[in-house]
Amino acid sequence: MSPEAKGQTIGKDANNMQELKLTVSSSPHVRCNETIPKIMWSVVAALVPAAVFGVYYFGMNGLANIVVAIVSAVVFEFLWEKLMHKKITIKDGSAVITGLLMAMCCPPTLPWWMSIVGSFLAIVVCKQAMGGLGANLFNPAHVGRAGLMVSWPVAMTTWTQLNGTVVDGVAGATPLNVFKHGGTDALFQLFGTTDWGTIYQNLFIGTRNGSLGETSTVLLILGGLYLIYKGYVNWQVPVIMIATVGVLMGIGYGPNVALFEMMAGGLIIGAFFMATDMVTAPITLKGQMIFALGCGIITVLIRVLGGYPEGVCYSILLMNALTPLIDRAVKPKVFGEVKTKGAK
Amino acid sequence: MLNTFKRGGVHPDDGKIYAKDKAIETPAVPAQVVIPMSQHFGAPCTPTVKVGDLVKKGQLIGTSDAFLHADIHASTSGKVIKVAPMPHNMMVKCMAVVIQADGKDEWAEGIPAEHDWKQLDKKEIIELIKKAGVVGCGGATFPAHVKLAPNKPVDTFIVNGAECEPYLTCDYRSMVEKETTEKLVTGVQICMKALGVQKGYIGVEDNKPEAIKNLTEAFKDIPEVTVVTCKTKYPQGAEKMMIEACTGRQVEPGGLPMDVGCVVSNVGTVIAITDAVCHGIPFIERLTTVTGDCIKEPKNLRLRIGTTYQEAIDYCGGFTTQPDRVIGGGPMMGLAQYQLDVPVTKGASGILALSPEKCQVGVEEPCIRCGRCVEACPMGLVPSQLSIFSSCQAWDKCMEYGVMNCVECGSCVYTCPAKRNIVQYIRNAKAQVKAMQKAAQAKAAAKKA
Repeated sequence: MSPEAKGQTIGKDANNMQELKLTVSSSPHVRCNETIPKIMWSVVAALVPAAVFGVYYFGMNGLANIVVAIVSAVVFEFLWEKLMHKKITIKDGSAVITGLLMAMCCPPTLPWWMSIVGSFLAIVVCKQAMGGLGANLFNPAHVGRAGLMVSWPVAMTTWTQLNGTVVDGVAGATPLNVFKHGGTDALFQLFGTTDWGTIYQNLFIGTRNGSLGETSTVLLILGGLYLIYKGYVNWQVPVIMIATVGVLMGIGYGPNVALFEMMAGGLIIGAFFMATDMVTAPITLKGQMIFALGCGIITVLIRVLGGYPEGVCYSILLMNALTPLIDRAVKPKVFGEVKTKGAK
Repeated sequence: MLNTFKRGGVHPDDGKIYAKDKAIETPAVPAQVVIPMSQHFGAPCTPTVKVGDLVKKGQLIGTSDAFLHADIHASTSGKVIKVAPMPHNMMVKCMAVVIQADGKDEWAEGIPAEHDWKQLDKKEIIELIKKAGVVGCGGATFPAHVKLAPNKPVDTFIVNGAECEPYLTCDYRSMVEKETTEKLVTGVQICMKALGVQKGYIGVEDNKPEAIKNLTEAFKDIPEVTVVTCKTKYPQGAEKMMIEACTGRQVEPGGLPMDVGCVVSNVGTVIAITDAVCHGIPFIERLTTVTGDCIKEPKNLRLRIGTTYQEAIDYCGGFTTQPDRVIGGGPMMGLAQYQLDVPVTKGASGILALSPEKCQVGVEEPCIRCGRCVEACPMGLVPSQLSIFSSCQAWDKCMEYGVMNCVECGSCVYTCPAKRNIVQYIRNAKAQVKAMQKAAQAKAAAKKA
């Protein structure tokens, strides 16, 4: 509003002054424009391009899964809050993120009713039973995925038969899985080339087998950059997590495999959208960096030594469990606690 | 090069546009002034006049035997018509002397008294400041004569010209207008002499380029004083942050500026010190910014102590629309008033009337641990965690997490997307912890006895 204000003066009117009702509250009296829904819906917006690509690439069953997962997540949130006489918070977008992320981390062919079970685990068991938004220890979307993984391992590791693409003929395996069991040769066979450049190109664009929303490296990074630009994500977290995987894999298998591992599986979506989840990651930047490092190390351990080809989901869940400990151990330095060099 | 404090801070809309370019005006002396006996940090004064007494401008009307107090003087000449508890802008009610002005506005005998400050020694300077009842004008109202006589060796005097509170512009006006700038230049030298220090700084935020330019010019012949351009970042004007910005030194938790060899005073205080020392004029008027989107003509006013908020607002044309709140001070740390017949006191840097749109506080939601408050906290605390501990009444945990280091700047609340009243929880915790410590001390003392 301009300083040259509008309307007539009411201050001098004694009668009006009697009615002057002033709000009295403790300072500060001004707040920033940021709100929880603004943050949550921005995350949704950042995920949409990669999700749209997934639907385009894997087909309409993927869209059905996304819709079912989101709707059921929102409905479970609504029902729980209604039953518990809590404030209905479905408009804040957090349940939408949970449903969307979970669908994006599951195979596109997943039976739709399994998505509902996943949403139940995510929203009711993981989030609301712990006290709702802000109180959950684990990332809800990953809890939903992990629950489905142990319940229906076959459905969760059955991948689409893709026609007319390079992965034609070797359906039922993701590049990461192929590499784990068959090494570089099998990977070359999968992509029908011995040129790493072609493989990277497929991984970068997202034309490969995998979970619904995890394949398009470029779109996920763009979404992540948007969140970094908005200040909702500290860039250090995805960079450290991805770099840790790259460096460790590079030491073990050389640079070609390192770059492959960085773009394969759920690392990109996990590093940008799950390891950066505000609620379940440490609150200080330093803590978040330790968290990201831990996620990277555990991912590599699972990928190399574990039974699963992919370890992003479990690495983040395991580090979630450590978040309270990290927060306790890593506190910011209180102002003036150690004298600076300039002090006399 | 921009100097600032290293950690934390927020960037609220500075709102300075309303009154930034309004030259200081001096309204007529009000028909009556209400002068509270407590306008400073320390013991309240006792009235030295009674109903019916005739007083002159600058006459002592309240004093105290306590070490930490500042004398109080009549801000105009007239008749004392009431000595009773009256509304107060910080304390709800406070003992006050009400003077009905006689319109003559006559100085008491011996005021003004001209002195050449260069001829005065430290002791005489401090005595003149004490006699004039000068207190810190930034809002904390710490008696200046106590501050300028630190009981530890100091080597640096810092003038705080940050004015980091949004909307307020009276310090800015002081730093660009000729008369006040001259007084500021003299005042800095007086303070440095009183402290016996060789180094002086004036910290000004870089959203006031005219002030920086004007001061650099004004101090060009005084090489021991450096004008420091500080980054515009709230709370740049907090004492400890200002010291870090100017000198790089950090005051330890629980410490005072003098522990790192510094004394910090506000621009307005330094100007009042010049008046006190050079002209023997007591602290009976101050600059106050009357501003906000609900004030018809925002202004920077030189107001007599005891003018009511209502009179000041009327002088500025009154309200344009119903304000949601009227704040004594700035929007970040000021006190919301519930009535307008409270007097302008020595610490009143601003009268701010804000519309509901400007001060939407929102509905409190659960903490989503986004960490914005941790990033914003200049003191390196974890405000979100403290607010949760406080809401659970876990006072021991609050102490463990350093609750007493909080300077209550409100940056955490400003930045919180969940609109949590973090600093309010923390204030409660601080009060509880203080009470607990007091009780423990009393218990220990009783045991000894």
